[in-house]
Amino acid sequence: MNAALFRKTLPILFGYLPLGMAFGVLFTAQLDYAWWIAPVMGLTIFAGAGQILAVSLIAAKAGMLEVFVAMFVLNARHLFYGLSLLGQFRGAGWRKAYLIFGLTDETYSLLTSRTRTGERREEQRKDFLITLYNQAYWVIGCALGAWLGDNVSFDSTGIEFALVALFIVLAIEQLKSLGEQLPLWIGALAAGVALLALPPDNQLIGAVVLATIALLLQYLKRRNHDALQEGQHG
Amino acid sequence: MDDTTYIVAFIVVATLATFATRAIPFLFLGRHHEHPLLLHVGRYLPAAVMALLVVVFLARSGTWAAPAFGADALIPSVLVVALHLWRRNALLSIVAGTVVYMAIQQTQLVNL
Repeated sequence: MNAALFRKTLPILFGYLPLGMAFGVLFTAQLDYAWWIAPVMGLTIFAGAGQILAVSLIAAKAGMLEVFVAMFVLNARHLFYGLSLLGQFRGAGWRKAYLIFGLTDETYSLLTSRTRTGERREEQRKDFLITLYNQAYWVIGCALGAWLGDNVSFDSTGIEFALVALFIVLAIEQLKSLGEQLPLWIGALAAGVALLALPPDNQLIGAVVLATIALLLQYLKRRNHDALQEGQHG
Repeated sequence: MDDTTYIVAFIVVATLATFATRAIPFLFLGRHHEHPLLLHVGRYLPAAVMALLVVVFLARSGTWAAPAFGADALIPSVLVVALHLWRRNALLSIVAGTVVYMAIQQTQLVNL
């Protein structure tokens, strides 16, 4: 245990333990599987919102294609995290695969904000330990919550709303960091169309496809607009 | 597919999908990460996805027929929005909204 690094990850500990427990409780309340499946998911998937969505996908017995698409698009923001760490992880050897695997929102924010020396190998070793500590907190949270949910009986009707609440919170965070409402309206509208036009099994995928098409059109429109402006000025 | 096969297949697929989102930039995007289309989609897709997930799952958690008109899901949702704008504490917003939704469902407050 590296005391200085442990202190650095304390805020993540306080975030991951309760969120992991919330997932664990949700898992045992909604599903009939053994409680230890919850920490196994924390070990292999290691994604907060992803695992909470997973509970509702398992409850609905979603098909594997829908599972892949839903998990992929929910975590699509991670596609852009790696881009800022390409150089930092270069030459990390056997540690690199785990560093990439463990790149959650929280790990990303720690790794990109901490001060670094020029000693790259030493810094990569620290990155590795930070990621490892974070995942340990997450798995312990998942196990605690699932074990509690399994052994303390309570009426859990309606607990699945945690998923809706989580998505509302994440949407507000997106709005605050973007400062633009349009992408949120695009997503909401795409979902509305999918809900009205498609059977329940295809609504999620349909809405994602619609929203992506809308963003591509928006990109083309902006590019043409910029080209026009340049033509007028030049 | 029996339950055990399903959960094993599920965990494998979910693990691969999540890992793919984290590994793709290191495998493929190194050279293209300055492409404006990629930057545009990367900037706006996460927000669009969150909004569409809110709408899809909100629609599934409410009773939309009279006399509730979705109030059973909308009341806790408004609470989540208000709390989160006020305190910006994710866990507080989520727990409060869920507890209120559970209370409404379990006491049939809105659907009488």
